[in-house]
Amino acid sequence: MPPSSPNSTDRRHLFSWPLVPAVLWMGAFFALPLLVVLAISFASRGPYGGVEWTFSLTNYALIADPLYLKIYGRSLWLAAATTAICLLIGYPLAYYIARAPKQWQAIWLLIVIIPFWTNFLVRTYAWMFILRAEGVLNTVLLKTGLIHASIDILYTDMAVLIGLVYGYLPFMVLPLYAAIERLNPSLVEAAWDLYADGWSVLWRVIFPLTKTGVAAGCLLVFIPSVGAYITPDLLGGARTMMAGNLIQHEYLVIRDWPFGSAISFVLMAVVLLGVMLYFKAGGALDVEEERR
Amino acid sequence: MGTYSIEVRDLVKFHGSTRALDHCSFSVKHGEFFSLVGPSGSGKTSTLRLLAGFEYPDHGEILIEGRSMNRTPPHHRPVNLVFQNYALFPHLTVFKNVSFGLEMRHVAPGEITSRVAAALAMVRLQGKETRVPSQLSGGEQQRVALARALVNRPAVVLLDEPLGALDQQLRQEMQVELKTIQEQAGLTFMCVTHHQEEALTMSDRLAVMNRGRILQIGSPREIYESPISTFVATFIGQSNQMAGRVEAVSAATCRIQVSGLPSILARSTGALTIGDSVTLIVRPERIELSRESLHAGYDNAIPARIEKVIYNGSENQYWFRLTDHIVWKAHELNARPDRKGFVPGESILVRWHAVDGIVLTE
Repeated sequence: MPPSSPNSTDRRHLFSWPLVPAVLWMGAFFALPLLVVLAISFASRGPYGGVEWTFSLTNYALIADPLYLKIYGRSLWLAAATTAICLLIGYPLAYYIARAPKQWQAIWLLIVIIPFWTNFLVRTYAWMFILRAEGVLNTVLLKTGLIHASIDILYTDMAVLIGLVYGYLPFMVLPLYAAIERLNPSLVEAAWDLYADGWSVLWRVIFPLTKTGVAAGCLLVFIPSVGAYITPDLLGGARTMMAGNLIQHEYLVIRDWPFGSAISFVLMAVVLLGVMLYFKAGGALDVEEERR
Repeated sequence: MGTYSIEVRDLVKFHGSTRALDHCSFSVKHGEFFSLVGPSGSGKTSTLRLLAGFEYPDHGEILIEGRSMNRTPPHHRPVNLVFQNYALFPHLTVFKNVSFGLEMRHVAPGEITSRVAAALAMVRLQGKETRVPSQLSGGEQQRVALARALVNRPAVVLLDEPLGALDQQLRQEMQVELKTIQEQAGLTFMCVTHHQEEALTMSDRLAVMNRGRILQIGSPREIYESPISTFVATFIGQSNQMAGRVEAVSAATCRIQVSGLPSILARSTGALTIGDSVTLIVRPERIELSRESLHAGYDNAIPARIEKVIYNGSENQYWFRLTDHIVWKAHELNARPDRKGFVPGESILVRWHAVDGIVLTE
């Protein structure tokens, strides 16, 4: 193994033995299949569902259909709302955990991660039991007299939103925790000492200095939310299709692989564009955090 | 508005079950440079945090400009703290760091600009307004932290180990500069430090703390010349000690008997009675070593043998043995480099004046 040091030249950084397994893995199982999908997206569907290798842009043109645009729109909207709600819930939670005594931090983080120990599908089914017309939520609300007729939550955008927030909240909390935990507490005290009230301390000091964590958390929630499949399928039903369901539908039900591939690629492009805009807007401004 | 910027009365603070502050009282006058000095864990930092408002006292009272501050949060207190590691906002420029407090108090933008400029001029940081803290040296960061407090013209500027992170050379320069800035600004400074030389150099008055208690308050001269306990005597400056018994007392002097030595004349503190067990303290620079065998006007002259010699440039430091149990040291200013120094094993006469012998009864 060649010696590597932080002073290695740029050229030597390009190749490194430890990278080989990752490159092989990602190349064989990610990059290559992706290229195949890209190729298929320019082909067309055969009469019985196969792929006919005739180059055309029809699949991409088809996406402009209002029906599909609506599904895209819903995906982006739900993902954005999920991200926003996760941030609103996750930031105070992460702040609380990061400022708790050290031995408590580990316990709180464990509690945040524990849901991962149960299968995601099982947890989503549990939400169906909670949200359906005669489910736990409605029963409780009816019994306590808060409502007089059961409300329909299951198979609505609301149900999908609840499911997505539930599923992806830990992805928001963990990077935020890491960022806030690194924040030098005396910076907060300094702001407080310099006449800043709680709100100003948050907006002028804490939030700007944990922006990298916010950016990471938002990306980790937004990207999987846009492509979510199980949650909208189980909690949203047929009425609230998201892009993930549409792709599944095209591949497996309609058996139009070329169109499914095109949808996949446009989705990737949209997410990539969003991420780039976000970074450009300063979302990932490099902040040199001074540690005690 | 009274004569005091800070009045602390009977302050008690617990950290868990340990008593971080044990009935501390002191006052700081307007325009004074006051220091709390003590080893780590002495309670000096706790006192500072109570004054800044990050913690509230369990008992006692804190008055700032005559107003009780016991339960006032930091952003409503007329004090500003210069943090030990500066705590500069890394995402803000020097200008924005310094203007932070003024912005929070909604000072008019025009006034902010002129006041920030004046504060930066005072700490000699003009031209660095657009830098961010990571682009500054340690000394410059320290100045920004100072300007960030000064610009608000607080009733008291609190400083937590202000020079602790600087190297020795810069530290000594900054001691003088900090004092000069304080005098120019006409503000009250209260500094916490474990560095006794720093406290002596900068302070108008200082309080020596240990284990949550204030042991002595006074001017640097009072503390150094007349320490009231062996802790103060050993923590502030260097000192030689020996145990003895009071043999005779007069108005100005007393006679101390030490086993194995002739009687020693020392300064009388008044409260002494014959037979008291005492500790005698003599500062190393007050001791004169000689090859002559004469008293030559000194009250005490005791034969001794040189054990160890250290030359540090400005001083010759000698360790000498007085008895089997007592080894003292003497510091001799290196003002005459041509003179032949003493060598280990050499027999000499150790001489000092009675006024330089401090007698402590504790």
